Amino acid sequence: MFELLKNLGHWLVSGSQWSGSDGIAHRLAEHLQYSLLATVIAAAIGLPLGLLIGHTGKGAFVAINLASFGRALPTVGLVVLVFLAGGLSMLPVYVALVALAVPAIVTNTYAGMTAVDPDVKDAARGQGMRGHQVLFQVELPLALPLIMTGLRLALIQVVATATIAAYVSFGGLGRYVFDGLAQRDLVQVLGGAVLVALVAVVLDVALAGLQRFLFRHRTA
Amino acid sequence: MIQFDAVHKRFPNGTTAVHDLSLRMPEGGITVLVGSSGCGKTTTLRMINRMVEPTSGTIRVGGKDVTRQDAAELRRSIGYVIQQAGLFPHRTVLDNIATVPLLLGWNRRKARARAAELLETVGLAADAGKRYPHQLSGGQQQRVGVARALAADPPVLLMDEPFGAVDPVVRTQLQDELLRLQKELSKTIVFVTHDVDEAVRLGDRIAIFRTGGHLVQCAPPAELLARPADDFVADFLGAERGLKLLSLKTLADVPQGPAPEGGTWTLVRDAQGKPLHWASKDAELPVRPLRDSDSLLSALNESVASPTGLVARVDGDGVLTGVSSRDDIHQHAGRAHTEARVAA
Repeated sequence: MFELLKNLGHWLVSGSQWSGSDGIAHRLAEHLQYSLLATVIAAAIGLPLGLLIGHTGKGAFVAINLASFGRALPTVGLVVLVFLAGGLSMLPVYVALVALAVPAIVTNTYAGMTAVDPDVKDAARGQGMRGHQVLFQVELPLALPLIMTGLRLALIQVVATATIAAYVSFGGLGRYVFDGLAQRDLVQVLGGAVLVALVAVVLDVALAGLQRFLFRHRTA
Repeated sequence: MIQFDAVHKRFPNGTTAVHDLSLRMPEGGITVLVGSSGCGKTTTLRMINRMVEPTSGTIRVGGKDVTRQDAAELRRSIGYVIQQAGLFPHRTVLDNIATVPLLLGWNRRKARARAAELLETVGLAADAGKRYPHQLSGGQQQRVGVARALAADPPVLLMDEPFGAVDPVVRTQLQDELLRLQKELSKTIVFVTHDVDEAVRLGDRIAIFRTGGHLVQCAPPAELLARPADDFVADFLGAERGLKLLSLKTLADVPQGPAPEGGTWTLVRDAQGKPLHWASKDAELPVRPLRDSDSLLSALNESVASPTGLVARVDGDGVLTGVSSRDDIHQHAGRAHTEARVAA
């Protein structure tokens, strides 16, 4: 066990391991690229949907049930399914990652919108704001902390799951996990897993800090 | 003037909130809508700026039918204050106040300057403008709410239980401020409350509603207190409505004489002639001197509290002008009542 940890430590810090097209730096960049792109696409779908449901109050059951749908979604199954239907490309990976991220974004956006004090919305309308002005000047800014929480959760989930890109022969940190498994190289598997976990934790902490900074004037 | 003609409001769930309401709210005056909860007073108020749409009937503000105007534009031309102030928590106090001017397309500098001016109008310090609403007390938040409603200088102000959530001391302060503001600004104000005392204090006219959205009586407070239309109104005004009527009459006409010297109790004054307290051989009791503008009710109260039955009267500087006896005050109170009740 001690030997394993020592080898893992060596694997993580050795200079040769970090450089080159198969190096950690490159794989990390790939991993972040997949994750960010998938999260941005998911946000482009999930944010308008959540805002619309929250603003109109129509379709609330969608927003609420999407959360459990997201939890129940078999990610690898989805990758294989899209792969079988569409052939080998990054498409199945993005479809799966986006499908994973959208529920967290919609649900949190909707929750943020419903948490806006009805008195404040009433006052906004009563001062003469039109629907879109209430949405963009009052509801959206007030829902923003929860919306950002949703984006953060989505990104973390996507980062953790983006390893599946390697499952269908693409890059990212998952490469180490799947290659390691194929080569029965436990240190490599472990190294990949540790890196993925590390990236997820660092992003989570950084984004949580950013949120605290941005919303330091808020009460709750 | 705001004019309701045969206005009916039935909600989709079948309850009638307002029943066949015809009512005139005079220009430049405070009309208070009062009644227990569910009587339709808030719905009535909210129909004026179309936060609620009437089922039938017409509402006119300044002669124009409200339902023929664009709702958002109508609302920008009417000040609106609600119970919990409803301030925007993510905007500074100054930006909260500047809301309507900005919606009307003023440039930001002009809107902020106007907002700063209003901070002073409602009695807030200039540095409050940079704060956020949650950093203010409940009373201060209400002041900001009033300032926000006044920002674009609308002729009409709708106030929905604006002082309902603050403590009694602050509430009295806010009521005084509103009356002071109203003297300056002469807005047409519609004010909803369930507090009869508040209604009597603020209203030029009071409209009493009964559950089911029926308007029972609309009259100036003195008339309402002296001649309630029916038992419902009398009950609603409470057993002390006779005393409430006295709160509307001032002490000015009650005769006064010189302060007594040499009795058991003497009224001790300072060098300027300001009353300090009542003193006997072995005791001191506080005195609460009254001015001409104070109410007959407070005079009655002071005459009961005073050990001699005499009420100390002072001028604007607090200097003693004389004393009034319990009998004189009582007599005037009785006369005020009789006059109010026989007046046509």
